[in-house]
Amino acid sequence: MKTVTMRVNGKLVSAPTEGRTLLVEYLREGLRLTGTHVGCDTSQCGACVVHVNGLAVKSCTIFAQELEGAEVLTIEGMANSDGSLGVIQQAFQDYHGLQCGFCTPGMVMSAAALLAENPTPSEAEVRQYLEGNLCRCTGYHNIVKAILAASGQAVAAE
Amino acid sequence: MYDFELQKPTSVAEAVAALADGSAQALAGGQTLIPTMKQRLADPGTLVSLMAIPALQGVAMTSSGLSIGATTTHAVVALSALAHYPALAALAGQIGDPAVRNRGTIGGSIANNDPSACYPAAILASNAVIVTNAREIAADDYFQGMFATALEEGEIVTAVRFPIPLQAAYVKFPQPASRFALVGAFVARFEDGVRVAVTGASNNGAFRWNAAETALSADFIVQALAGLVLPADDMIADLHGSAEYRAHLCAVMLKRAVLAA
Ligand SMILES: Cc1cc2nc3c(=O)[nH]c(=O)nc-3n(C[C@H](O)[C@H](O)[C@H](O)COP(=O)(O)OP(=O)(O)OC[C@H]3O[C@@H](n4cnc5c(N)ncnc54)[C@H](O)[C@@H]3O)c2cc1C
Ligand code: FES
Ligand code: FES
Repeated sequence: MKTVTMRVNGKLVSAPTEGRTLLVEYLREGLRLTGTHVGCDTSQCGACVVHVNGLAVKSCTIFAQELEGAEVLTIEGMANSDGSLGVIQQAFQDYHGLQCGFCTPGMVMSAAALLAENPTPSEAEVRQYLEGNLCRCTGYHNIVKAILAASGQAVAAE
Repeated sequence: MYDFELQKPTSVAEAVAALADGSAQALAGGQTLIPTMKQRLADPGTLVSLMAIPALQGVAMTSSGLSIGATTTHAVVALSALAHYPALAALAGQIGDPAVRNRGTIGGSIANNDPSACYPAAILASNAVIVTNAREIAADDYFQGMFATALEEGEIVTAVRFPIPLQAAYVKFPQPASRFALVGAFVARFEDGVRVAVTGASNNGAFRWNAAETALSADFIVQALAGLVLPADDMIADLHGSAEYRAHLCAVMLKRAVLAA
């Protein structure tokens, strides 16, 4: 066991790891930050997306020991400091961008990465960016609307 | 997944020394290796991460072409190669999805040589050179069939050097579930002729399409490809497409690539 220290959602944290401990295990089991979900565990669904040093990555496909000293942002870090929902989260609620909610943490983290890169994406750009995030419930339309709304763009009412 | 020890050398020499141990394996972005280890298809005792070696990172224009360090991620190639080799940058920007592109590397892709991977088509069509810790390998000698390459045990790719063609394009038909190429065609026109490489189609991995090269070298227009078909004998057949379908797609993707170049 080797202790790995990172900064997660702004806080310096440490947890013991084996070589094979995945970042998502470090977060969920080591730190009890269970907002990040494991959908497939085969690098395909995007439910586990978090940001590492500002970039969206699949936390089921990176080892914790690769990340000594890294900055990690998870869904638990997306709310405002007073505990209210952040802009993207609120838009998911307002536009019914979730049903069961299993894919939502990854969707929100991917959306945040997209908007950081491209603050006013077109609908086609949103859909393309979400290629690695699978949702079995919503059919995606309301997720796309939520992200467009979160970017401050007008979205056609239902 | 079986446990292992992770090492993070900071120089190529240290990495090569660590890999001399027979049970050690290189780790780059992990986008192929980690899923493989989860399935217990790989069981290294030691993983030697190459990601902390500065000498393996980045994109640089040199007198002999565009040099891309082995651990440069697809996302970085998509941005940094844009000004020098737009068709290559576009290929990198279409690999998988954004999170895969933020981790996956060119060195990992070509060391693995998945028969449906995108980079092998670019490397063959561009007549690129694979640089390792020990030698330089010409593209035509490097790829040796599905998941097989000229790399020796413990040898690591350090960079890939691309000559810059006058015109080039890559068009792939993405397999909708994995986003790998069901079939992808890369065409590159140089002063002295045209090179064409196809990925995703053959049981032997990416290959050059000689008849198409001859036709396009004579006249670089899409009509030059009229009537050209590849035999389906050696093509991959799976639930995503039959051998005949893939053979057909080769010509369709190449025509689109010529139009886009
Ligand atoms: C969802 C998904 C979609 C994908 N879609 C595509 C796609 O559309 N097109 C495509 O081409 N690929 C695709 N990939 C594969 C992706 O590009 C991988 O990143 C790539 O194939 C492997 O690179 P890596 O850096 O992750 O290597 P790793 O997984 O770390 O390593 C792969 C292999 O290469 C060896 N290795 C790594 N670096 C070196 C080196 N420098 N020298 C010698 N050996 C080395 C390792 O030991 C291992 O055997 C996809 C992957 C996923 C998960
Ligand atoms: S759990 Fe990581 S991609 Fe599905
Ligand atoms: S809301 Fe259920 S999987 Fe997306």
